[in-house]
Amino acid sequence: MKFDRKDILGMKDLSLGEINTILETAESFLEISTREIKKVPTLRGKTIINFFFEASTRTRTSFEIAGKRLSADTINISASTSSLVKGETLIDTARNLEAMNPDIIVIRHPAAGAPHSLAKMVKQSIINAGDGAHEHPSQALLDMLTIKERKGFIAGLKVAIIGDIAHSRVARSNIYGLSKMGAQVVLAGPATMLPRDIEQMGIKVYTKLEEAIVDADVVMMLRIQLEREKQNIFPSLREYSRHYCLNACTIKLAKPDAIVMHPGPINRGIEISPDIADDPSCSVILDQVNKGVAVRMALLYLLSGGKE
Amino acid sequence: MKMLLTGARVIDPAQNINDFMDVLLEDGKIAKIDADLSPSLKTKDRGKIQILKLKGKLIAPGLMDMHTHLREPGLEYKETIASGANAAVVGGFTSIACMPNTEPINDNRSITEFIKRKAAQAALAHVYPIGAISRNSAGTQLTEFWDLKDAGAVAFSDDGKPVMDAALMRRALEYAHSLSLPVISHCEDTNLSAGGQMNEGYYSTILGLRGTPSIAEEIMVARDILIAEFTRAAVHIAHVSTAGSVDLIRTAKKRGIKITAETAPHYFTLTDDALQAYSTNLKVNPPLRSAADVKAIKAGLADGTIDVIASDHAPHARTDKELEFEYAASGISGLETSLALSLRLIHEQVLTWPELISKMSLQPARILNLAKGTLKPGADGDVTVIDPERIWTVNVKSFRSSGKNSPFDGWEMQGKAILTIVDGEIKYDDRAQDKEA
Repeated sequence: MKFDRKDILGMKDLSLGEINTILETAESFLEISTREIKKVPTLRGKTIINFFFEASTRTRTSFEIAGKRLSADTINISASTSSLVKGETLIDTARNLEAMNPDIIVIRHPAAGAPHSLAKMVKQSIINAGDGAHEHPSQALLDMLTIKERKGFIAGLKVAIIGDIAHSRVARSNIYGLSKMGAQVVLAGPATMLPRDIEQMGIKVYTKLEEAIVDADVVMMLRIQLEREKQNIFPSLREYSRHYCLNACTIKLAKPDAIVMHPGPINRGIEISPDIADDPSCSVILDQVNKGVAVRMALLYLLSGGKE
Repeated sequence: MKMLLTGARVIDPAQNINDFMDVLLEDGKIAKIDADLSPSLKTKDRGKIQILKLKGKLIAPGLMDMHTHLREPGLEYKETIASGANAAVVGGFTSIACMPNTEPINDNRSITEFIKRKAAQAALAHVYPIGAISRNSAGTQLTEFWDLKDAGAVAFSDDGKPVMDAALMRRALEYAHSLSLPVISHCEDTNLSAGGQMNEGYYSTILGLRGTPSIAEEIMVARDILIAEFTRAAVHIAHVSTAGSVDLIRTAKKRGIKITAETAPHYFTLTDDALQAYSTNLKVNPPLRSAADVKAIKAGLADGTIDVIASDHAPHARTDKELEFEYAASGISGLETSLALSLRLIHEQVLTWPELISKMSLQPARILNLAKGTLKPGADGDVTVIDPERIWTVNVKSFRSSGKNSPFDGWEMQGKAILTIVDGEIKYDDRAQDKEA
């Protein structure tokens, strides 16, 4: 299928066909990362700017490695503060980047919608690497690739996403993506972490971990931002971990062959017990990281005009 | 100097007039209003009288917008009193009241006098300053209401910095009541709305933007109703945006509490689903709400629960809006689209012509205790002539306001002010396109 999209902004916009194209392309790139010489000349001469307004190690590194394995020139710009704090408006930032003629701009930004605004202002392709609590499409795609690799298919699987849904871009992107692929998505978290009217996305919502993970094929744990305690999103880490930590006991409620995922970085013992996180029979957490490079190679390749 | 407006239908809710009449202005006042004034004019006057033939048009008392932001002093890059007053007359408004959130805040008579002086120099629309409730709108200590009134303040409000302290609000209502001036309350519990970017609901959830819940407004509406009831003083609720607020105000009115309310055109025109493209011109406080809220606002306008339509004109510069949604300023430049958007309520049969005109002239004048909003002989010669058929397209580039921040850019409208007369003088004339005799 032809891939003629300018930007990758969110899973909400991607069609089932586009998602399948991305996953199939990513599968074909998996092998490159196992070679001794992990580099192909596909994107030689292309320039990719990784523009990160928010601290990130794994996503930024993953995009950088993905670009380098395709022989693109990758440049990282980390801005600890927003353009506003620097006194520069987003449009000025965008125009400056545009003037340097990159081919693709990968952006992470703490403000929801910032990549969407940027995409309207510049002619280059924009990849959203996470915007506020909105979307993180490459994470959802790598999650789907991981599930597909392990389970063989996605349609019909029950996927339970557990934790702070309200502040999670990973949850939103996965709800859109997995629903399009035919999975049944259920959520659980304390009511303070469930954003208003989320059930209108066509999913089941629970307030207890145990209810959500019954017969789940996939259990996806979300990272708890420790500073949310101060906002009274939850009373204490102690209480949260007692009721929402995935452990050897609660995992038994899921299907025997269930896999456990986490977008990382994990808070050991808070949302996931170390035993589960490190158990190779169910945990695919490091596999997700591995798939991330292939998915991002696929996105860079397809946006550069690559054919399937 | 005399001016005769003839051939148009006159709508003057204060006199229950909704008929074809002539209006004669003389020396800046309304001199006469009658079915046909032409025979009564002395022949020797004929040459000296300006006769405006207005067939097919509507004559209304000069419109009043009781909720605007003129940004001067301090924020002249967004708007000045002159540019705001210019936008007012283009929008058909002969009078506007301006909120105190300038820099410095209008919390003392020198600022109030400055605003009055600048407005007099501009000599366009009448400008009525609203004084701050608390010093620097910090919510702790009352301003000198009496002094502000003497300087020309017509109401008190801390506007976008809502009075969170109920005891201070109580004292403000009591003290303002003794001066016969209203307190205008921007109802927002800032603990509940903290960080809020848009209405809390399905769309804030899928857009990943922090929501402002409807109860942030409604809890404060309920509080202010109780304070008004207890103190027997008047309170005016600014920019009502939720169905719950409409219900609370409706019930309070039935109980005889001295409460009045306004809404802004965007709250009966737009809903929160419009934010899906993250357009910062749709960012406004209170935020655009749901379709159910819009329906309730219209019902509240229709049954009189909401007394007034005011634009909440909030001009901003490009640099305030061309930002990430979270960092962009809230507000819509509304003076030049308010009337046309409100006329849609007539097309939708939510309001009749006299009801609409009343909500945009007589009612705000009554709330602010101003002898305006009527065409009674002896009243100030403030008149707005509306062409109800004129089709036009909103173009922010041609706004006279410095604030081009309108989500209505490009919208096709039906109905427009074509003549704005202030104290008997034409301040805006857009009849050029009508070539009738």
